Amino acid sequence: MRIAITHISEYRYDGPAGSAVQALRLTPAPVKGQTLVSWKVEAPGIDSACSYTDGFGNLVHLVSPPADSTVVRIAATGVVETTDTGGVSGWTGEAVAAGAFLRSTPMTTADTAIEAMAEAVRSDDRLATLHALMDAVSEHVAYEPGSTHAQTTAAAAFDAKMGVCQDHAHIFIAASRFLRIPARYVTGYLLLEDGAEAPAHHAWAEAYVDDLGWVGFDAANCLCPTDRYVRLGAGLDAASAAPIRGVRRMTGEESLTVDVDVQAVGQGQSQSQSQSGGSQSQQ
Amino acid sequence: MLKTQAYTSDGQSPFFDEMLRPDGTPRPAYAEILKWLSGQSRASFKAKQEEADAIFRRLGITFAVYGAEEANERVIPFDMIPRIISAAEWRFLERGIEQRVRSLNAFLYDIYHRQEIVRAGKIPSSMVNENPAFLPEMMGFDPPGNVYAHIIGVDLVRTGENGFFVLEDNLRTPSGVSYMLENREAMMHLFPELFAAHRVAPVERYPELLRQTLESMAPRECDSDPTIAVLTPGVFNSAYFEHAFLADQMGVELVQGSDLIIEDGALYMRTIRGKERLHVLYRRLDDAFLDPLNFRPDSLLGVPGLFDLYRAGKVTIVNAPGTGIADDKAVYAYVPEIVSFYTGEKPILDNVQTFRCSIDDERGHVLDKLDELVVKEVHGSGGYGMLIGPHASKKERADFAEKIRANPANYIAQPTLSLSTCPAFCPEGVAPRHVDLRPFVLVGDRVRVTPGGLTRVAMKKGSLVVNSSQGGGTKDTWVLED
Repeated sequence: MRIAITHISEYRYDGPAGSAVQALRLTPAPVKGQTLVSWKVEAPGIDSACSYTDGFGNLVHLVSPPADSTVVRIAATGVVETTDTGGVSGWTGEAVAAGAFLRSTPMTTADTAIEAMAEAVRSDDRLATLHALMDAVSEHVAYEPGSTHAQTTAAAAFDAKMGVCQDHAHIFIAASRFLRIPARYVTGYLLLEDGAEAPAHHAWAEAYVDDLGWVGFDAANCLCPTDRYVRLGAGLDAASAAPIRGVRRMTGEESLTVDVDVQAVGQGQSQSQSQSGGSQSQQ
Repeated sequence: MLKTQAYTSDGQSPFFDEMLRPDGTPRPAYAEILKWLSGQSRASFKAKQEEADAIFRRLGITFAVYGAEEANERVIPFDMIPRIISAAEWRFLERGIEQRVRSLNAFLYDIYHRQEIVRAGKIPSSMVNENPAFLPEMMGFDPPGNVYAHIIGVDLVRTGENGFFVLEDNLRTPSGVSYMLENREAMMHLFPELFAAHRVAPVERYPELLRQTLESMAPRECDSDPTIAVLTPGVFNSAYFEHAFLADQMGVELVQGSDLIIEDGALYMRTIRGKERLHVLYRRLDDAFLDPLNFRPDSLLGVPGLFDLYRAGKVTIVNAPGTGIADDKAVYAYVPEIVSFYTGEKPILDNVQTFRCSIDDERGHVLDKLDELVVKEVHGSGGYGMLIGPHASKKERADFAEKIRANPANYIAQPTLSLSTCPAFCPEGVAPRHVDLRPFVLVGDRVRVTPGGLTRVAMKKGSLVVNSSQGGGTKDTWVLED
């Protein structure tokens, strides 16, 4: 399947942006099941940005917009060719060893409730365990936009029994790591079925299975990724994999608008959506 | 004449004395010092001590004591009797230290790349990959020269004629080198005649060698003379004096995070001459605080994006982020295996015997011998979360045993060490006091171990605690040349 993506983030400040830096993880890695046909990242200062591939396999651009900017617009656009691999990303070639994805982070620490859920699905068959875990998370946690925020922990969302894809992924990761199965957070895009209620800017989890490598589990949709999924970046949790992470040394209000448009090329299928809200920046 | 009876009458001491043999005769390296000591009068020595104190106050060498309300800064006690290391002893130490720091740098390269040592089953994956001191963000990066730990202060203790042990490797941001330099300067001023009577290996070139080391670590793309700065957390840091001192001695800027900016994919410092590009940052700031974009977001001390610039090869951070994994207390027990794995040689310097509570047999031994051992938390420092078995009450030991059983991997245990003694000028005359040694090592295009280092001395009789926060002092440390 050929999927065209436009992902625009617009930061608006009520005064000059001042000294700011943003790390962009906005370029899909060439993993099994996806090939970049074209891809472009546009941002103020991108031409002089420094870039490198981080330990998790993400291409990073560090941009510092001009200090007098009042609007910073960051756009990632391109076309990706996908095939259905049954959710298998395989051996993705990043530097970080699988064993490091057993580390827990503040957002992905299992509490006793998550541990109990994990215990209930534990079996000798790792793949079967992970599928059962995906079912259990999906069943326990309702999809409820606005019920959680960017810093909500896995334990808090699990306790509230609701959340968004970030929370489903964090809970899945926390439980998987508790079972000593390496797991990580993946960001990406989803080509929605007509009428589906979910954001096109998506996140899910990947877990490590010996004979397969990394396998995706989307507990929010209770599904392993198909050819409708484009995988953008990976990390230990949402903070570590964030497509845009910024720090600004300036007080003052700012707002962020994100527009994600995902469509199948040549099949007349598309959806787009916007969301507004606070930003990941801090002073 | 100075009394040394405190010494000679103490012939039954169970501790190794570096000046006198058990029969009271001097070891050769101390022969001149003993003669000199017996020629000094108490009054003249006291006068010299006052002169020394005045020198240090003038130099402004102070250290901050956390929690001490009466004074934010104190002058660290200085003992005027030099600690002597013979040429042969030093050759042994130098070889051992060099082998160890090369091995630890090889270990750092390996665990941040293919992790061969884990694959070979020499060290558990979890001890590396799930260790808080391990930074997965560092994986796959080749730092200039493949060096991670450039500036190291190895803590050594001596327990016998040939008994030298490494207590800690200190690969993060070791301090104390300014005391080593100032102690030497003060001694040359106070006792020039002693230097005439001994061939003492110089330490004065340290700042110059530090600068060379930093320059040799410039990013590959830097084709001019690299610009260096020392990054300090600020005046409230207990080692601020040293940060300022080293910057001054090297002739480079001392900066704080707020002096640095990132523009167009490069690091700049604001100076009175305008913006200046920086290539090498000697940071005296912990990993967590280096970069709020990549590490602790609440850090106001660091520079957002600094780590990204480092990975992109635009600036070199010294020591590299993530070196703490190699001086982690749990990993410490594996250092002998680490040395053998990367060098194929037997370790020259021994570790202090360390029991890992994560291992059933070793934990059993620890629980049996709690009254003899020192138990440490794996990630603790500064004496917190520690049990000193011989000094603890029965109840304290029982409580600690529970903690060990509940979370064994969090604890290691070591025997109480019989630190060697050296002569020190004390109220009762010249008396033996316990010492340790921190030699300073620079790793750049080659390994350089400054001869000597910082000797810390417990000024309280019988005390084995040499920390300056516990009333410990320092001594000038002399390595004799053949």
